[in-house]
Amino acid sequence: MPLISVENLSRRYLMGGETIHALRDVSLAIESGEYLAIMGPSGSGKSTLMNLLGCLDSPSSGRYELNGSRVSEMDDDQLAEIRNREIGFVFQTFNLLPRSTALQNVELPLVYSGMPAVARRQRAIEVLAQVGLAERMQHKPNELSGGQRQRVAIARALVTRPSIILADEPTGNLDSRTGDEIMSLFAELSVNGNTVILVTHEEEIARHTRRIIRIRDGLIASDQTNISPPPTPGAHTDTGQPMVP
Amino acid sequence: MSKASPIRLSELLESARMAIESVRSHKLRSALTLLGVMVGVFSIILVMTTMRAMQRSIEGELAALGANTFQIQRWPALSFGGPGSWEKYGRRKPISMSDLRLLQERATLAIAVAAQDNLASGEASSRFDTTPPNVRLIGATAGVFPARNWNMKEGRPILDADVESATEVCVLGSGLEENLFPFGSALGERIKMDGIPYRVVGVLEKKGALGGSSQDNFAVIPLTTGLNRYGRIWRSIELLVQAQDLQRYEDTVEQVRGILRTARKVPPGAEDDFDLFSNDSLISQFQSFTLTARIGVAAVSSIALIAAGIGIMNIMLVSVTERTREIGIRRAIGARKRNILTQFLTEAVVLCELGGLIGVAAGLIAGNIAAQVLNLPVVIPVDWVFLGLLICSAVGIIFGVYPATKAANLDPIESLRYE
Ligand SMILES: Nc1ncnc2c1ncn2[C@@H]1O[C@H](COP(=O)(O)OP(=O)(O)O)[C@@H](O)[C@H]1O
Ligand SMILES: [Mg+2]
Repeated sequence: MPLISVENLSRRYLMGGETIHALRDVSLAIESGEYLAIMGPSGSGKSTLMNLLGCLDSPSSGRYELNGSRVSEMDDDQLAEIRNREIGFVFQTFNLLPRSTALQNVELPLVYSGMPAVARRQRAIEVLAQVGLAERMQHKPNELSGGQRQRVAIARALVTRPSIILADEPTGNLDSRTGDEIMSLFAELSVNGNTVILVTHEEEIARHTRRIIRIRDGLIASDQTNISPPPTPGAHTDTGQPMVP
Repeated sequence: MSKASPIRLSELLESARMAIESVRSHKLRSALTLLGVMVGVFSIILVMTTMRAMQRSIEGELAALGANTFQIQRWPALSFGGPGSWEKYGRRKPISMSDLRLLQERATLAIAVAAQDNLASGEASSRFDTTPPNVRLIGATAGVFPARNWNMKEGRPILDADVESATEVCVLGSGLEENLFPFGSALGERIKMDGIPYRVVGVLEKKGALGGSSQDNFAVIPLTTGLNRYGRIWRSIELLVQAQDLQRYEDTVEQVRGILRTARKVPPGAEDDFDLFSNDSLISQFQSFTLTARIGVAAVSSIALIAAGIGIMNIMLVSVTERTREIGIRRAIGARKRNILTQFLTEAVVLCELGGLIGVAAGLIAGNIAAQVLNLPVVIPVDWVFLGLLICSAVGIIFGVYPATKAANLDPIESLRYE
C-alpha cells in the first residue's frame, strides 16, 4: 500500500462568482521513502497540491489516503493531529516564531503532541545536532543566518518523526551556496529513509530528486523518474535507480 | 483517530511564557492596557483594606464595653455626616458631672453609672524612661473599671474615695507599664505626665491581642483630678451605664434617655441632644456605613474594570492581527483550534493578572498608609486579595474570548500567507 494515495483530487476556489480550478482531478501514489519534486510554473497549483497533501486544506472533491486513513473526510482537529504526527513542513520563508529560540521553535510541535518537557527538550536537542546546529540552540531567528534558519525549520519538521517532509521552495530565499547545503541535507534525510516532497520551479533543484512530477494549470503534465540525480552524501550504494521501498 | 485530548499543563505554561514574552516586547502598550485593571483592583483593595482596618480598630475598642453597657456622649461615636453635622453637634450642651450625679440618683434600673473622659495625649515618663508623645490620659470614676471590663493585673483600681478627694494616683495600662517600668513592678512608683506626678496604685491586665499593644498604652487617673487639672468648662464627659441584665436593657436605656432629656430641656418630639450607643448599635451603624462604601467601590471598580476589559479586548485584537502568521505556523505544526484559543485566553488572563497584582500591591500599601494616618492597625484583607485576583482572571477571560475565538478560527493557509 502506498504511503500517499490520491484519486481525482480537485480544489476549486470561488472568486467573485468565478470558479478557479486550482487543481483538477489529480491522481497519484507516493511510496514511503521516495524523494520527489513537484514542479511547475507559478500559478500552476503546486502550493495548492502541497497544502492538500500536508492536510492544511481539504479538497473540493476526490479522495486522499495517507498511511491508510482517509484524510479527505477528517475534521479540523483530526487534520491538526495528522499535521502534528505525520507531516513536517518546511517553508520558503522559514516561518519560525521570531520571539522564540531555535530550541523552543523545534520543541513546539512536541508541545502540541503532549510530550513531557524533559523528553521534549532532549529530542529537540538531538534533532538540532542532527542538522548541525548544536551550537546555536539558544539563538533567536534574527540571530541566525538564512541557512541556519532553514536548518532550524527542518529540525522542527523532523522532530515528531513524521511520515512526510513537505518543503515548499525551501531554497527560494537562500543564496545558491547555502541552497546547495540545504539540498544536501534533504538528500541525507532521504538516504536515512525519510519521504521528502519538494515543491519548486527550479530545474536545478528538482534535478537532486529521484522523481519529478510536473503540473500545469492544475493538471499533472508528466510524472518521470529522474535517472541521473547527483551523488548524494553517504549514499554509497546509490546507483541512480529510483528508490523502491 | 479522534481522541479528545485535554489542554495540558505544559501547554498552559508555554502559553504563559509566550504571554510574558509579548508583554515584555510591548512594554508601553501593555502598561497602558494594564492601567485600567490596576485602577479597578487598586480601588477595591484600598477601600477594603481601610475599612477592614477601621473595623478591626472599632471592634477592638468595643470589646472594651462590658455586657449590657451603653455609653452616652455629646458627639456621635461614628460620624460619617458632611460638614453640616459639626455645627449641629457643636450646639449641643456639654455633658457634665451634674448629669452624672443626676443619673446616679435617678436611674433606678441601672446597676452602675460611671463617667470617663480622654483628658490628654502626650509623653509619660518614669525614672527609667520617657515614652513617645502618644500616651492617652483617661480620667475615670470607679465604675468605669467594671463597665469597661478592666481587670487588675496588680494593685487596685481607682476608688470612689480617689474621685471624691481628687488624689494624684494612677492606674497604668499594661502597654504603658512595660514601656515605663521594664525591670520590675510599677506599684508605688511615680510617673509624670504634663509635668504632674502621679503615684501608680495599679496595673491593668493586657487586653486581647486585638489591635496590638497600642490599645494598652494609657494611664487612668481619677476623673476629678483630671478635671481640676485640665478644666471643666466646655468639657463634655462620657457616661457609661450598666443595665442589670439583657431583659431590662431597653427599659434602662429609655429611663436614662428620659432623665437626660428632661434635665437638658429637650422639647418633646425633638431629637436627643446627646448620643447614646452600645456595642451592638455601633457595629450595625458601622456596617451600614461600610455597606455604602462597598456599593461605592463596587460601582467605581466595575466601571474601571469594564473599561479595562474593553482595552484588553482591543489590544488582544491588535495582537491577533499582528500575529496572524504565528497562528498559521502553529496550526501548520499541529495546533488545534482549541490550542490557539487557550493560548490567547491565557495571554489575556496573564495580562490582567499582571495588572491585578500591581493593583493589589498598591492597594495594600495605600490602604495601610491610610490606616496608619488614621491610627488604625495594619491589616491584609486576604479574602479581598484573592477575590480581586479572581475578578482579574474573569475580566481576562470574558474580554479575551472574542479575540481568542477569532484567532482560533483563522484559516491556516491564509494566516501562513499573511505579511
Ligand atoms: N485562496 C485562494 N483563493 C483564490 N484563488 C486561489 C487561492 N489560492 C490559490 N489560488 C489560485 O489557484 C491557482 C494555483 O495557485 P498555487 O497553488 O498557489 O500555485 P503555485 O504554488 O503553483 O504558484 C492560482 O491561479 C491561484 O491564483
Ligand atoms: Mg506557490
